[in-house]
Amino acid sequence: MSELIELSAAQAVARLRAREIDASELFEAYRERAAADELNAFTWVASAAPEPVADTALCGVPVAVKDLFCTEGVPSQAGSRILEGYRPPYTATVVARLAAAGAPLLGKTNQDEFAMGSSNENSGFGPVLNPWDRSRVPGGSSGGSAAAVAAGLAPWAIGTDTGGSIRQPAALCGLVGVKPTYGACSRYGMIAFASSLDQAGPLTRDVTDAALLLSHMVGHDPMDSTSVAFPEPITLPSAEDLRGLRFGVPEELLGDQAGAGIEPGVRASFEATLALAEELGAEVDTCRLPHAPHALSAYYLIAPAEASANLARFDGVRYGSRVAGDRDLETMYSETRAAGFGPEVKRRIMLGTYALSSGYYDAFYGTALKVRTKIAEDFREAFRRFDFVVTPTSPWTAFPLGSKTDDPLAMYLNDFCTVPMPLAGIPAISLPSGLADGLPVGFQLAGPAFSENRLLEAAHALERAIGFDGSRARA
Amino acid sequence: MTSAGIDYEPVIGLEIHVQLRTTTKMFCGCELSFGDPPNVHTCPVCLGLPGALPVVNARAVHFATMIGLALGCEIAPRSLFHRKNYFYPDSPKGYQISQYDVPICSGGRLGDVRIHRVHLEEDAAKLVHVGTSGRIHGADRSVVDFNRCGTPLVEIVTEPDIRSPAQAHEWLALLRVTLRQLGVSDVNMEEGSLRCDANVSVRPVGSGQLGTKTELKNMNSFRFLERGVAAEIARQTELLRGGREVVQETLHFDPASGTLTSLRSKEEAHDYRYFPEPDLVPLLVSGEMLAAARAEVPELPAARAARYERELGLHPDRARDLAFRADRAAYFERALASAPDGLGAVELANWIPQLVERIGSDADPSESRVSPEALAALAAMVVSRQASRDAAREVLRTLVAEGGDPRAVVEREGLGALSDDGGLADLVARAIAADPDAADKVAAGNMKAIGPLVGFVMRETKGRADGGEVTRLIREQLAVR
Repeated sequence: MSELIELSAAQAVARLRAREIDASELFEAYRERAAADELNAFTWVASAAPEPVADTALCGVPVAVKDLFCTEGVPSQAGSRILEGYRPPYTATVVARLAAAGAPLLGKTNQDEFAMGSSNENSGFGPVLNPWDRSRVPGGSSGGSAAAVAAGLAPWAIGTDTGGSIRQPAALCGLVGVKPTYGACSRYGMIAFASSLDQAGPLTRDVTDAALLLSHMVGHDPMDSTSVAFPEPITLPSAEDLRGLRFGVPEELLGDQAGAGIEPGVRASFEATLALAEELGAEVDTCRLPHAPHALSAYYLIAPAEASANLARFDGVRYGSRVAGDRDLETMYSETRAAGFGPEVKRRIMLGTYALSSGYYDAFYGTALKVRTKIAEDFREAFRRFDFVVTPTSPWTAFPLGSKTDDPLAMYLNDFCTVPMPLAGIPAISLPSGLADGLPVGFQLAGPAFSENRLLEAAHALERAIGFDGSRARA
Repeated sequence: MTSAGIDYEPVIGLEIHVQLRTTTKMFCGCELSFGDPPNVHTCPVCLGLPGALPVVNARAVHFATMIGLALGCEIAPRSLFHRKNYFYPDSPKGYQISQYDVPICSGGRLGDVRIHRVHLEEDAAKLVHVGTSGRIHGADRSVVDFNRCGTPLVEIVTEPDIRSPAQAHEWLALLRVTLRQLGVSDVNMEEGSLRCDANVSVRPVGSGQLGTKTELKNMNSFRFLERGVAAEIARQTELLRGGREVVQETLHFDPASGTLTSLRSKEEAHDYRYFPEPDLVPLLVSGEMLAAARAEVPELPAARAARYERELGLHPDRARDLAFRADRAAYFERALASAPDGLGAVELANWIPQLVERIGSDADPSESRVSPEALAALAAMVVSRQASRDAAREVLRTLVAEGGDPRAVVEREGLGALSDDGGLADLVARAIAADPDAADKVAAGNMKAIGPLVGFVMRETKGRADGGEVTRLIREQLAVR
């Protein structure tokens, strides 16, 4: 059985196709491990393997799904007590597509409440532990998905990324995580945090798995007006070198002053990866993203503003929990929301409400939108000279549980290198670049819109050269 | 300082919500319905379930474009949807998707009132307060029916160009027939497919400045609109005459008591925190979409009435009476097409109200037994003096009941006009002989006395005689010039 667990998802697909292993056995192997989860990575686990579907591309390799994807008849709580026990009457497009492609639902994974957080400590259902060190956080907000894949409780998983919520937990758990181009994957059925930023994407053990899973997620959905047809199929990467590629290292994020907050171990791993990239034929040089230092401020206005409206529907009227239902409307609203939302969610609703208020809109939300446009222009300019912009994914490795919960601003700094990309709507990938003090470090590459295939190829070549071994977390 | 001696004039602008008659809702595939059991036309989108996303109804955009064209608006090639945030159980998402600073249509005019803008949005759900009062305060409980939620709406906002309650009524009626003619809405005020709010202020006559306005909500009939606006004008005028000030607020007009009550003051006004709807891309209206909408805009009531006046010489009231009812206009135009030489449009048009009077004003004349050709033939017989006006009315009654060819009816019932050679002159002579007193007076030039003489002839001919001809013969025989 442990042999099955050691297969990557793509390897498992190949073995299933060759009928060397059995799909229900594989499902059961993971189901048992997920059910015995000690990391609090899952909020729900399937009770049995579904009927196998013949002749599918993914041959029945199950997938773990972040809680905020709606799944018909299955708890979909987005990590929030306000949705405790909520079972939607429909399934998110991405999940339905994966099921149709032969990746059945293994379980729902824990997350920061409404995807607001970088440590998974904001979950209404308790924190998730990092399988590399159980005293540490797995990152967030897709912390449950990351921990589950890293610990071998699931062959692969999907999460969502708004300001780094796939890439940062992937980095902290030693996985590959992809934040696709905005619009590449349907958002229909994803319980929204910030609609103009949210994107679904894979969290996997390696780059090939990421490409394979992503290839079955992308595409236009008539139910999501902001989704687009991906201009080309996502293909499995095979590159072994980086010849002819130019990597830009943004001075504004990594220069002496800006980069001061980056841990030495992370910095060392990043520098080593750059050296490796040069060995593989890449050109590495400094690039400019003049407005990137303002990305975090813009993000923490735009995302909360959208969230303040997106979360208004949780009012106790139609679904989810309700408090003081026998009192007047105002009381029911305020007590339901006071009891149902955690402190970080409340903080962001208040921030967002304020930012949109009459008289403050121009100064806050309006300015943030302008900064957002500037950041997108910065990237366009950078991509004239460079194929990719590269950074460490997170300035830190996995930090101890509780070490940053009292300081929201310090926690927000986690997203320093991951927030500019969703603001620009461009894709980025994080892959493990090694360990620092025994904890995984993530290396991020960002490319122009719809450059997913090129990003995956480059990441594949780097992955081969780095030779990261994540098996320790599965032990 | 009091202003007792000053005359005030009202300044009125209207905001009209119109439910569009699309097959499905504004942002989802649920069917539109009226009168179905509650909560049968719902889905994750219109229930505001977590994760659901809106998709714009192309038909609603088409209808809004038609309305914009009909009202002479500029159609924006690119417009935006915004979120209008407010908490209420009739708003399942906690916001309404509406258009804010870049609406689909702006500018324009209908009749004598300028249009400020027309924008697309979604309707709210319907709240039913169970309990004694029927209002939310004091209700035992409230239940929500989401069937209506997400129904496509356009909001039409006028400039403050209306100067009296009667003009408000008249203009809204014109808007309603225009929208009905476009076929984009049921425009039924009782059922709520047409809803009207009014912004009212008053100012000293001759002043170029606007006074402080109040907003009157939801007047659900033409009569209530007129009465509500009149009551508010009276209230504001009295305030100003007494040296007091009008306070900006939103008012509710109670048609039962005729009183106005404040719903909320300016301070209590919502901050809707509008921002661009991130779940939707900008709304683009292409040249093709514009052409398709233009092709479906028929001749509209105001233009048709003007044409009837200008080209057919109809009296303005008659022109509007016909033009503002698509069914009557269609019937009239078919009758006109079959009118023989000598039958003028004015003469023909005069017969439509008589037909309407007999079939009832709600009925479509085309669905009566009287074909447009038959009505034209009847009118022609009167013009050519083949039938008297009275006889023709008689024939019309028969046609309404039985249908058929008016010539045959005249023949069958013996209602053909009597002429000079038909013994009419003899009858006139008998009338003069029978009432010498009246004859003397007429002969002396007192034409008022002619009545009994004409009446005698009409009685004798059972109305078949042509009144004009009878008068002519009486004057001839009595040698009156």
